[in-house]
Amino acid sequence: MALLQIAEPGESAAPHEHRLAVGIDLGTTNSLVATVRSGMSVVLNDARGRSLLPSVVSYAADGSVDVGYSAEAKQSIDPKNTIVSVKRFMGRGRRDIAHIEALPYDFIDADGMVKLRTAAGIKSPVEISAEILKTIRNRAEASLGGELTGAVITVPAYFDDSQRQATKDAARLAGLNVLRLLNEPTAAAIAYGLDNSSEGIYAVFDLGGGTFDISILRLSKGVFEVMATGGDSALGGDDFDHRIFCWIIEQAKLAPLSLRDARLLQMRAREAKEQLSQHGEVPITVKLGSGEYVDLVLTTEVFTEITRTLVQKTLAPSKKALRDAGLSATDVRGVVMVGGSTRMPQIQHAVAEMFKQEPLNNLDPEKVVALGAAIQANLLAGNRAPGDDWLLLDVIPLSLGLETMGGLVEKIVPRNSTIPIARAQEFTTFKDGQTAMVIHVVQGERDLVADCRSLARFELHGIPPMVAGAARIRVTFQVDADGLLSVTAREQISGHEARIEVKPSYGLSDDEIAGMLKDSFNHAGDDSFRRALREAQVEAQRLIEATLSALQADADLLSTMERAHIDNVIAQLQAVIQGEDRRAIDEAMQKLSAATNEFAARRMNQSVKRALAGRNVDQLSL
Amino acid sequence: MTTFDLDFAADYFTLFGLPRVQSLDLDSLSNSYRAVQAQVHPDKHAHAGAADRRLAMQWATRINEAFQTLKSPGKRARYLLQLLGHDPQIENNTAMPAEFLMSQMELRESVLDARAAADEEALDDVRSRLLSLIKQEYERLADLIDVTKDYAAAADLARQLMFQEKLLNEIDDALEAVTA
Repeated sequence: MALLQIAEPGESAAPHEHRLAVGIDLGTTNSLVATVRSGMSVVLNDARGRSLLPSVVSYAADGSVDVGYSAEAKQSIDPKNTIVSVKRFMGRGRRDIAHIEALPYDFIDADGMVKLRTAAGIKSPVEISAEILKTIRNRAEASLGGELTGAVITVPAYFDDSQRQATKDAARLAGLNVLRLLNEPTAAAIAYGLDNSSEGIYAVFDLGGGTFDISILRLSKGVFEVMATGGDSALGGDDFDHRIFCWIIEQAKLAPLSLRDARLLQMRAREAKEQLSQHGEVPITVKLGSGEYVDLVLTTEVFTEITRTLVQKTLAPSKKALRDAGLSATDVRGVVMVGGSTRMPQIQHAVAEMFKQEPLNNLDPEKVVALGAAIQANLLAGNRAPGDDWLLLDVIPLSLGLETMGGLVEKIVPRNSTIPIARAQEFTTFKDGQTAMVIHVVQGERDLVADCRSLARFELHGIPPMVAGAARIRVTFQVDADGLLSVTAREQISGHEARIEVKPSYGLSDDEIAGMLKDSFNHAGDDSFRRALREAQVEAQRLIEATLSALQADADLLSTMERAHIDNVIAQLQAVIQGEDRRAIDEAMQKLSAATNEFAARRMNQSVKRALAGRNVDQLSL
Repeated sequence: MTTFDLDFAADYFTLFGLPRVQSLDLDSLSNSYRAVQAQVHPDKHAHAGAADRRLAMQWATRINEAFQTLKSPGKRARYLLQLLGHDPQIENNTAMPAEFLMSQMELRESVLDARAAADEEALDDVRSRLLSLIKQEYERLADLIDVTKDYAAAADLARQLMFQEKLLNEIDDALEAVTA
């Protein structure tokens, strides 16, 4: 495994200033956590020296929870309460989940996202993922010897808004401060690009346990620019296992299976797949609980044949991404392979054929995403080393739009737009005297609303009665740097304003998160009040530090009076920060934020001006 | 208090320190974009206070919009003509010369035929013909705006190009449908 040298020895921040930040690869099959230590990105192992954490959660009737290897050991004993590949259910309704009939869980089709009935009660995929993240967080804090400042969590680039929102909710539920949601192929590109000082066009082919992404990036002078991304958020190694599983049932002519036998066969199928990456054929022998025997041999030829359509399903999005980027396969300088499933020989062959070159396998495909995320986390936490000045420009994977008359989609933000991005569009009423309007936000590439994912539906009330077509309703989409959407609608005519902000319907409301947090703390005997207070104190301290360093750098942008006012408000915050009154801290923080708004704006203007001036000087010297 | 000639509300050309011309140097644009984004991008302000983070998102959003507008010759022309007081009024003004409409209809028919016949080669052929036509027209447009400064004629041509780019999108859709 190559280590990533991102700073000269001795250049990294002094230990006492170093903020503990990690990158977390929350995978379908396995999860990992990495951090930057002395300028190197390294994976953090558990107490027994293992880097992977199986993404498996097992619930017992007494409310106890197993995560990782101990949970994995329970999967064939207690399949119903042992959840594997929970990532496939994140932000997903029942009808979205492939092969749901073959899964041993007791699903409840809750509003938007499925829930699972377990021995320990009803659990949402967000809560189950939060258990994995809590275990990861404990591992990191034990290994680093302190509380984490923040984490970058990776998501498949092709995750839609609901899946991203669900991931962020899970992280918050696990008590993590999310610095950024980062696309998995982009994380891999950072790790690969910085490690190899690469320049040019690269493709990242990322086939994980349950998701597939393809991203096309341009690496140039420290800028990682994603040009296009594509994929399938329900295609991965699990599907290859499933094909083997079906093949076994068919070949061995098995009767309908019990839950345990089904899980047992799924495990054998996965083992056979993994062995086929090394060997030409593997024996599959299983004694089932039903008394039936399986005794088969799976060859590479048969495996290739039964998974041919799955391999094809990775190539179509790859071609589309190239087309979106305005490139052809020969423009690509290297294809970086990411995800354990890229070890399958038929994938390697298909990629080599499509891109007309041997793919790059020199980074551990299972670790590269976490390593890249750690580098990004380190930067975002403010541990920037001198010369460590790269920039990441990512895109939104799927178009965002609104439902218009006749169930058609009007696209507002096209796919592959660089984020953050905002777009506004005006709509009008179609009936005389209409005072309300339904706004239905969808994501996807198809023309019909029914074929796209519904993200949110809300009503704008208070439109003044007018003749049809006279009202002007401006709907604004804002996608932030995490790829998350917020929508605002406003009636513009007659000075009347109605405004609403929505969160995607599959995400949890802040109240729901607060409720879950409270429940989990009650359960753990923790004190949620203490925790909230501590968080406010940390946030306030961070704000004071940021303000002081801004004042030190750019005091000349302020008049004496403005400066005195800011100093005064800082003093007010300092006076309450150690107290017990969280509201007083929040209020003083808001006051400081308000007092520095104008200052922040001037600083930003100045830095833009300087950036341009510096560039012009460069040009003159040429 | 210091005043700035450059701020959030500045026009897109000023934001990047570039001249207001249609024949824009795309390398300079790209370099400026990266230099400015390196200052304002939310990743550079992730550890700052909430107000700073919000400001960074607004700036980065605006810079992205500015870059997308200036990068595309069609969007750039429409934006520039608006700044110059000659809004092409894409939405309201659909008057086109009959000759132009005829040639467009012919092209559109050949696209529809090729799509129906799933003829990838024919689609590629129409696409490259249209592309080279569009390229020539953009050169003429830059000349009308930057050199002869005939903004009324430029606005007419910008409208026609919008038509042609839409057709190009339809060809891309057709290609996607045919090759899928």
